[in-house]
Amino acid sequence: MNGQGDAMRDTAPDEGYVTADGRKIGGVAMEMRNITLRFGGVVAIKDISFDIRWGEIRAIIGPNGAGKSSMLNVISGFYHPQEGDVIFKGYKRPRMRPYQVARMGIARTFQNIALFEGMSVLDNIMTGRLHHMKANLFQQAMWWGRAQREEDANREQVEKIIDFLEIQHIRKTPVARLPYGLKKRVELARALAAEPSILLLDEPMAGMNVEEKEDMSRFILDVNDEFGTTTVLIEHDMGVVMDLSDRVVVMDYGKKIGDGTPDEVRNNEEVIKAYLGVAHE
Amino acid sequence: MPDTLLFAMEATLNGLTAGVMYALVALGFVLIFKASGIFNFAQGVMALFAALTLVGFQSGQIPFSHLINAMFGTRLHHFGWNMPTLLAIPATVLVMILLAVLVERFILKHLVNQEPIILFMATIGLAYFLEGVGDIMWGAEVKALDVGLPKGMSGAVDDVTFAWFGYGFYIDRLEIWAAGIAALLVAALTVFSQYTKQGRALRAVADDHQAALSVGISLRFIWVLTWSIAGIVALVAGIMWGSKSGVQFSLSLIALKALPVLILGGFTSIPGAIIGGLIIGVGEKLFDFFMSPIIGGATENWFAYMLALVFLLFRPQGLFGERIIERV
Repeated sequence: MNGQGDAMRDTAPDEGYVTADGRKIGGVAMEMRNITLRFGGVVAIKDISFDIRWGEIRAIIGPNGAGKSSMLNVISGFYHPQEGDVIFKGYKRPRMRPYQVARMGIARTFQNIALFEGMSVLDNIMTGRLHHMKANLFQQAMWWGRAQREEDANREQVEKIIDFLEIQHIRKTPVARLPYGLKKRVELARALAAEPSILLLDEPMAGMNVEEKEDMSRFILDVNDEFGTTTVLIEHDMGVVMDLSDRVVVMDYGKKIGDGTPDEVRNNEEVIKAYLGVAHE
Repeated sequence: MPDTLLFAMEATLNGLTAGVMYALVALGFVLIFKASGIFNFAQGVMALFAALTLVGFQSGQIPFSHLINAMFGTRLHHFGWNMPTLLAIPATVLVMILLAVLVERFILKHLVNQEPIILFMATIGLAYFLEGVGDIMWGAEVKALDVGLPKGMSGAVDDVTFAWFGYGFYIDRLEIWAAGIAALLVAALTVFSQYTKQGRALRAVADDHQAALSVGISLRFIWVLTWSIAGIVALVAGIMWGSKSGVQFSLSLIALKALPVLILGGFTSIPGAIIGGLIIGVGEKLFDFFMSPIIGGATENWFAYMLALVFLLFRPQGLFGERIIERV
């Protein structure tokens, strides 16, 4: 953030590490600090802290009603926690509206798909680039100068993402006509079009068959690999999560019960008890 | 050619031009309904208010002069200058934009996520409020509005039809102009919504609020934008109706005529509003022409509503509206 000296920083910069398969994980991008979220008398999130590092794939898992989606909604500004802070890029984030969070470079998808059903796939993805456009209304209406250059540049970026996610064949199709699996992919494409610094995926594989799940996993890994996009995902499917993510937060009844690499989490007593059921001897 | 056919053709042409006038009002409804799902009952009053403001600016009326006079015993009425039309129209546009900002700030902002019926009730309140403000600001008397648009019989149409059929059609030049301006307006709105960033954002908000937020669109900005555009469309409708029949408070009732137009065209379709307007206009005139001698006059008062009823029975989503399918 501009205009704020290092004295204002809330966290010390740190270097990160290199994963076993050679991917470089950076310092802390975002830190959730003692987040508590209540709806009336119901406590959805109880005093949870964890961090997200640049370039990593971070999963949040937990049984139904554990508060995973609420946590994602806190990150994306749809919910405002009663207690605790969100530290982004080293600075405490003030209370923000969802669209402001989006403009800071945090893009998301939704559990029940929120696409613009009446628009074509291409138009949907183009909306992801809205805040990259700076030309004024007059220039746009006249299709003149900056407007034309911008539109061309944006189209190029969008085409790249369309190629990347292998949805060339449906680019002119109205979204309402697409099957579920493809809609999920279009939603991912729209989020990517914003060139986000953090990508939030709310159950990207919910309701998919095995083949679609494999495709989606591949895309998430490829996106991370190719663009280095920091990804936070919520998922039910344990197997998928363990294969995909670098680190996992486990939630249960609004509390954090585990945090670490997939292997660490897999062997955590409390996690086994809460999430996987009682371990067999 | 038999006379009846000629008269029917003339009635059709008159119906088309009258239909454009209906469509202008319906257009304002569609814009707001599409973007926010609100049926804006105040659209007709907005047209009236815009026309009143325009006349007020043109004739240099002092706003709220009656109120000021009553309170302070002064005798104010006019500034003593006339604002040229080319200045008065942009000034009125500014007032309509200010109105949009105020509507967002004092009504919409507080009713986010409320049921459509509650928002609808709010717009009824807005309609009466605005009518009252219009009255206090500019006075209740009927005013003539002249923005320099030509009026009276179109000589060209008369000559051409006389040369072809030996009978000259009577078409009001004002209505030809209205048709041209409506076409321009629709073209401009189409370009705006299809090819500009704000237009794309507007379509996005109309489609899904949550998704729009997640790509960084500010709902409040879009609402102000939509209401501003609806205000400008209301101004155009106000100018046309005001030039035709004077600026009077019954102008707000033309909003009621837009209802059947919307039922025909569908609440969400801009082309629907235009075509719905034309069908009502032509239908009205032809029905009147053929049926009045049989069932007595004044069919124009109720024909549109009857047609709308028939549509509601057979095609409730309108000609171009999105089909409502409830999955169970």
